[in-house]
Amino acid sequence: MTLDARLTVQRGGLTVAVELAVADGEVLAVLGPNGAGKSTVLRVLAGLLRPDAGRVVVDGDQLWDAAGVHVPAHRRSLGMVFQDHLLFPHLSATENVAFGLRARGMPRARARAAAAGWLDRVGLGDLGERRPGQLSGGQAQRAALARALVGDPRVLLLDEPLSSLDARTRLTVRAELHRHLAEYRGSAVLVTHDPVDAMALAGRVLVVEDGRIVQAGTPAEVARRPRTDYVARLVGLVLLPGTGSGTSVALEGGGTVAVAEEVTGPVFAVIRPESVALYLERPAGSPRNVWPLRLVSATPHGSVVRCDLAGEVPLTADVTATSFAELGLAPGAAVWASVKASEVAVHTR
Amino acid sequence: MRRPGDGGVPAPLLVPAVLAVAFLVLPLVGLVVRAPWSDLGSRLVEPAVGQALRLSLVAATLATLLSLVLGVPLAWVLARSRMPGRSVLRALVTVPLVLPPVVGGVALFLVLGRQGIVGSWLYETTGYALPFTTAAVVVAETFVAMPFLVISVEGALRAADARFEDAAATLGADRWTTFRRVTLPLVAPGIAAGAVLSWARALGEFGATITFAGNFPGTTQTMPLAVYLALQSDPEAAIVLSLVLLAVSLATLLLLRDRWLGRAVTT
Amino acid sequence: MRRLLAAGLAVLVLAGCGTAGGTTAPSTATADGGPTGTVTVFAAASLTDVFTDLGAALEDQQPGLRVQFSFAGSSALAAQLAQGAPADVFASADQAQMAVVTGAGLTEGEPAVFARNELEIAVPAGNPGGVTGLADFADPDLTLAVCAPSVPCGAAAGAVFAAAGITARPDTEEEDVRAALTKVQLGEVDAALVYATDVRAAGDAVEGIPFPESARKLNEYPICTLAAAPNPAGAQAFVDLVRSAAGQRALADAGFRTP
Repeated sequence: MTLDARLTVQRGGLTVAVELAVADGEVLAVLGPNGAGKSTVLRVLAGLLRPDAGRVVVDGDQLWDAAGVHVPAHRRSLGMVFQDHLLFPHLSATENVAFGLRARGMPRARARAAAAGWLDRVGLGDLGERRPGQLSGGQAQRAALARALVGDPRVLLLDEPLSSLDARTRLTVRAELHRHLAEYRGSAVLVTHDPVDAMALAGRVLVVEDGRIVQAGTPAEVARRPRTDYVARLVGLVLLPGTGSGTSVALEGGGTVAVAEEVTGPVFAVIRPESVALYLERPAGSPRNVWPLRLVSATPHGSVVRCDLAGEVPLTADVTATSFAELGLAPGAAVWASVKASEVAVHTR
Repeated sequence: MRRPGDGGVPAPLLVPAVLAVAFLVLPLVGLVVRAPWSDLGSRLVEPAVGQALRLSLVAATLATLLSLVLGVPLAWVLARSRMPGRSVLRALVTVPLVLPPVVGGVALFLVLGRQGIVGSWLYETTGYALPFTTAAVVVAETFVAMPFLVISVEGALRAADARFEDAAATLGADRWTTFRRVTLPLVAPGIAAGAVLSWARALGEFGATITFAGNFPGTTQTMPLAVYLALQSDPEAAIVLSLVLLAVSLATLLLLRDRWLGRAVTT
Repeated sequence: MRRLLAAGLAVLVLAGCGTAGGTTAPSTATADGGPTGTVTVFAAASLTDVFTDLGAALEDQQPGLRVQFSFAGSSALAAQLAQGAPADVFASADQAQMAVVTGAGLTEGEPAVFARNELEIAVPAGNPGGVTGLADFADPDLTLAVCAPSVPCGAAAGAVFAAAGITARPDTEEEDVRAALTKVQLGEVDAALVYATDVRAAGDAVEGIPFPESARKLNEYPICTLAAAPNPAGAQAFVDLVRSAAGQRALADAGFRTP
């Protein structure tokens, strides 16, 4: 019970050739820079673009694309969320959400009732009569999510769903999106260039560069063992789930992280690898975040070395090649890691 | 917040703009000044005036409707399909814009006249001849006016975000449903503008009409034909007719702009 | 064919000029004293062919002179002249339109009648409508063209119908005689009432049916130089040519009756 795709598309000078499989209830993030071909992959899955070669199969036997086969977008059981929501400007929020049900032949009254129900679920129960122009960016993106999910599609495609939102709205919409994705039973593919989105929302990540998959795995695996410089720069972040209380976050895996601002409730503590400092002895003074860890592996990339650290609080650290040499570390060695509280970002989850 | 200089028009734009207004409006002022105001009332109630005006309005409106029915789908094909030879097609269908209307009238004869490619067949099988009928006026006006609609709607379609149509497809709408429920409403202002332009062009049409439909009061003599013929015998009557045409078209355009275009643009 | 006629005319005119001047070298005489520049002639549409030939003949005779024409319905031309159109000569297809111009004080001297024309029924080759005479213009089943009442051929048609006691039922009132003739040539009308000269000029595509009532309304074609003529000498040269024996012969060849 999966979405399986193996496809090749020529787009201008770029050849996009990827292979992916998404199980029911799973969220796959396709992560990569602009122009890497991510959206092309999504358009093929949606049926908006016909692949030059390859196949797209749902549930093992429904052929969406294959040699001589092309099911057009409107005959695929899918929902799609676009970067700039693309709500139809001439229709109200309710009419937008009901659009797909109406197009598939549901009577108006039932379609509107179902649309109203979904608008309620995304917290827009009162705004059904508004036109998209009268909704804020976050509200519009929520309505767009409701529009994509109302038909209970087999496949959900999300194309940069958060990137047009401002930073504050993004946090709240991301948290809601996380909740809806957790409830969604089909296969979801999320295209994004933002590693935080990928890590926070997806169970697995494909990193795409120049039309090719350069790395695949869970977010943590990809972050810890980047296979290319690009991946390392892109996905060094460590996301630590926990519960905020005051200026500290009690991590789900044990231990606490001190943060600069007061936080409450379920959050991610996000630590960038370059803000982690390593010492052979416990550092002097009284930094609040100090943990004794063990070096698992060290991967040089560029002028720095990425260190994968295990222990109570698993971390990833980037240290300069010179420092790494001075420390004289080998895999398995014990090491002290410290992070300033002000360097820890906190995202609601 | 009002920045300094906001709302002011720079002199390099203001001077030509004022000249343009003078250039376009002064001839109309000339008509008004030279109109025979003293016996305007008696001239206006002449049945020939009402007859020509009614025919003009009816024919221009029918020509606009015909242009909409045929021209909007054509504009869609030009803007959206990936058919080869599209640019040649676009050039061909906009030829009536540059073709002298009289030539257009002759060309219509060659196709739709009694001896024309299609018309001769029609005449032989049904006995119906299109030229010199009110229908011929509508056909001639449509021939000249439809390119305005096509160009205007095609521009609107190109400017409209085609990804809305992608979104509709992912929601299960086939292309026809998408066209009706998404594309048409999105380009409605462009269609409205194109329809108004076509209507105005049809209302003023002269050359193709007098050639293809001839000139007979009540059936084919529209206002521009009446004006032209009156000019040769009774220039004052021509001015009166021109004023009537001017007033009616101005009133219609203003009304449409407020009621229809204005609203379409603000939403 | 037309070119040949023009060349023939040129020879005639040159010969005439030579004898009148009494010199042995006619070419130098015209080069010395002849008019130069451009002469602009406003002429009724029915004069198109014969005047074009006469213009070419005059240009051959006077190498420094260019003749340009504006052919249209006489009433349109009269209206243009009244609005100050710059022209040297006006040749009208009837006295009424010449009267508009003389009445406005735009002419120089007295207009002179240089040709007469009569109406004829023009039908497409083969006469598909089976038209036999003027009475057929009352047949509602035929597609019929006449000139608009405001142009001379329309005024003449109206007079002929009135004299014959016929209530005409035309399908179109054309803006000038050539437009009416064009519709006959295209086969789009069964008959049109035009000038005999137009029938002759239209060649094989059109057949003429003379009718006795036409003699009751002969159109007189007056010509006159204009007071505001930019080229009075050229204007006079053209009028003289039209009224000369050679010009009259050309008009007669085109089917006009000459005075």
